[in-house]
Amino acid sequence: MKGKVKMQRYILKNKNKIALVNGILIIIGFFSKLIFKDINVHALFLIVASILGVAPIAIQAYQSLKVKVVSIDVLVTVAVIGAFLIRNFEESAVVTFLFLFGAYLEQRTLNKTRSAIKNLIEMAPDTALKLMENGEFEEVDVDEVDVGDILLVKTGSKIPVDGTVVSGEGSVNESSITGESIPVSKEKGSKVYAGTILDNGTLQIAADKVGEDTTFAKIIELVEEAQDSKSKAERFIDRFSRYYTPIVLIIAIIVWIITRDIEVAITILVLGCPGALVIGVPVSNVAGIGNGARYGILLKGSEVVGDFSRVDTIVFDKTGTLTVGMPSVVEKEFYGDNIEEAISYLASVERESDHPLAKAVLEDIGKVEFYPVGNTEVIKGEGIVAKVNNKKIAVGNLALMEREKVIISEKAKSDIARLEEKGNSLVLAAIDGELKILMGVRDQIRNGVKEDLKRLRKLGVKNLIMLSGDNQGIVDIVGKELGLTQAYGNMLPEDKSKFIKKLIDEGHIVAFVGDGVNDSPSLALAHIGIAMGGGTDVAIETSDVVLMNSDFRKLPHALGLAKAIVRNMKQNIFIAVGVVIVLLLSLIFSEWMNMSIGMLIHEGSILAVILNGMRLLNYKLK
Amino acid sequence: MKSAIIQLETLTCPSCSQKIEAALKALDGVDKESINISFTSSKVKLNFDEGKISLKDIEDAIRRMGYDIEKSKIK
Repeated sequence: MKGKVKMQRYILKNKNKIALVNGILIIIGFFSKLIFKDINVHALFLIVASILGVAPIAIQAYQSLKVKVVSIDVLVTVAVIGAFLIRNFEESAVVTFLFLFGAYLEQRTLNKTRSAIKNLIEMAPDTALKLMENGEFEEVDVDEVDVGDILLVKTGSKIPVDGTVVSGEGSVNESSITGESIPVSKEKGSKVYAGTILDNGTLQIAADKVGEDTTFAKIIELVEEAQDSKSKAERFIDRFSRYYTPIVLIIAIIVWIITRDIEVAITILVLGCPGALVIGVPVSNVAGIGNGARYGILLKGSEVVGDFSRVDTIVFDKTGTLTVGMPSVVEKEFYGDNIEEAISYLASVERESDHPLAKAVLEDIGKVEFYPVGNTEVIKGEGIVAKVNNKKIAVGNLALMEREKVIISEKAKSDIARLEEKGNSLVLAAIDGELKILMGVRDQIRNGVKEDLKRLRKLGVKNLIMLSGDNQGIVDIVGKELGLTQAYGNMLPEDKSKFIKKLIDEGHIVAFVGDGVNDSPSLALAHIGIAMGGGTDVAIETSDVVLMNSDFRKLPHALGLAKAIVRNMKQNIFIAVGVVIVLLLSLIFSEWMNMSIGMLIHEGSILAVILNGMRLLNYKLK
Repeated sequence: MKSAIIQLETLTCPSCSQKIEAALKALDGVDKESINISFTSSKVKLNFDEGKISLKDIEDAIRRMGYDIEKSKIK
């Protein structure tokens, strides 16, 4: 028993070499027929080639029959034996060769489609430099690192676990986690993640999460699960193929009994192999989801891909998704002279405040001369009044200016109206009752968001909707500037989920873009929940699509990719079904169809769907 | 019950996972519901009863079907 198993394993292991020898024997066989005109030598070579070639296929067939599965190997083995019985050694030899060689090419190309995720897995190092009891760092297997261990990470090496920096500084390339290749600087107290690369500097880190608990390991697992997850269509194909192969076998036997023509019966066996149909859909999935993983986009499974590709409405959960999230000075006007002095006074007073507007103003002014400030009086909701160089300085909004009876010229009045209309918050500065400076501060649209929204529209998204907690005025302005379909302000989390419910009831396919913190009901409710997660566990787990590093720019790529995957699957199903139909029709209506040609076309169609799927690895949004 | 993750050599045909699944389901002590074979990552995940079967027995069953095991882990 042991010896037999060993023998079987030896044969299976050397399947590729067998295919090679098999091929050479066939070529010699055909040459001997051409050159020596010797039919016996010719037959001898082909017989040896057939027996050699069928061995690994027959072993696989035997193994699957043992567990009651009628695999493709069973069909091919029966076909080869049949060809042998009618002494058609040419066919038996060529079919085994094509089947083995096809399997070899399939393995090679399949490995390519998996390469995206494989490259990712290899980002995780196998060893770590661990601080031992003797106070020295020693290289150990990464499995031997426990939570709390201190590890040394040198320039250019990969960080082995999730941890906190305890000493040293450096910059880390986190593209394996976030898909973002701009290095992030790390110092004492910073979090670092397994699978990221220390571009420069040296760090000592304390391990927080090791092994399968690291963010990186979780991402890998999610991607693997996603690639394996099966849509309804796939489960159907799986079930179908489980019954399909036995049915082909039965049909072939019936045909043989009726026609007594073994040739036709065994040709049916080969033509009936369901290879391309079974492999076509998973291949698109694996390659497509792998592409996403490389760009920091996690698509959770083929069901998600299918829904996402049909999205017609995208809802953004807040202004911050589309804007920078930090107010800054976008416009300023000056009145009268001694402006430089006025700016210094303004900066000196704003330095006393921690109001967000004051921060934006100081950021804009930069380095100037500061004066001592006295008699500071903060008027809530309006601003600050203070004494600088014995002058009365008022910094704040229009209400404060009115309270201080500041004279505002006609020009200033029209400037104020213009800035307000654009949605700015106003910062005014007056010296001794005379208006000197007017600044408009607002949250700006993120770079490139306009173009991204245009891309989404081009991809077929009809409604772009923003639901925000901000006041309606700000929301209207952002909505108008970006050309959103609808924009609603003053929305609480429960208002948002009600709104999404309404959209779904109206028959829209809705994607909700959120950060996964307090909007999980909406994330769960929408057909597709898209988390802008900076690698947080909650966001990754609750959503269907994760954009690592909260990068909005990846949204069009993600949608385009989902559509490309679905297109690719349909093409593959078309190729697979088309080939089977053409083969069967030509068996009935043509003279030239035989077992070898059938196998050639069959293997060709498998390679065609794999190669078609591989195109997704290089998918880029135009 | 223990759960095991077994990393196999690269699987090339979807019917491979069918065969392995059938072989594992036939083993006494393996939780049939828990068997999860990933075609893409060539991994087998399952729960088993240590009192009835050892990880080595499970590995041998897979090897007998003609698939090599790269490494395995028990959680």
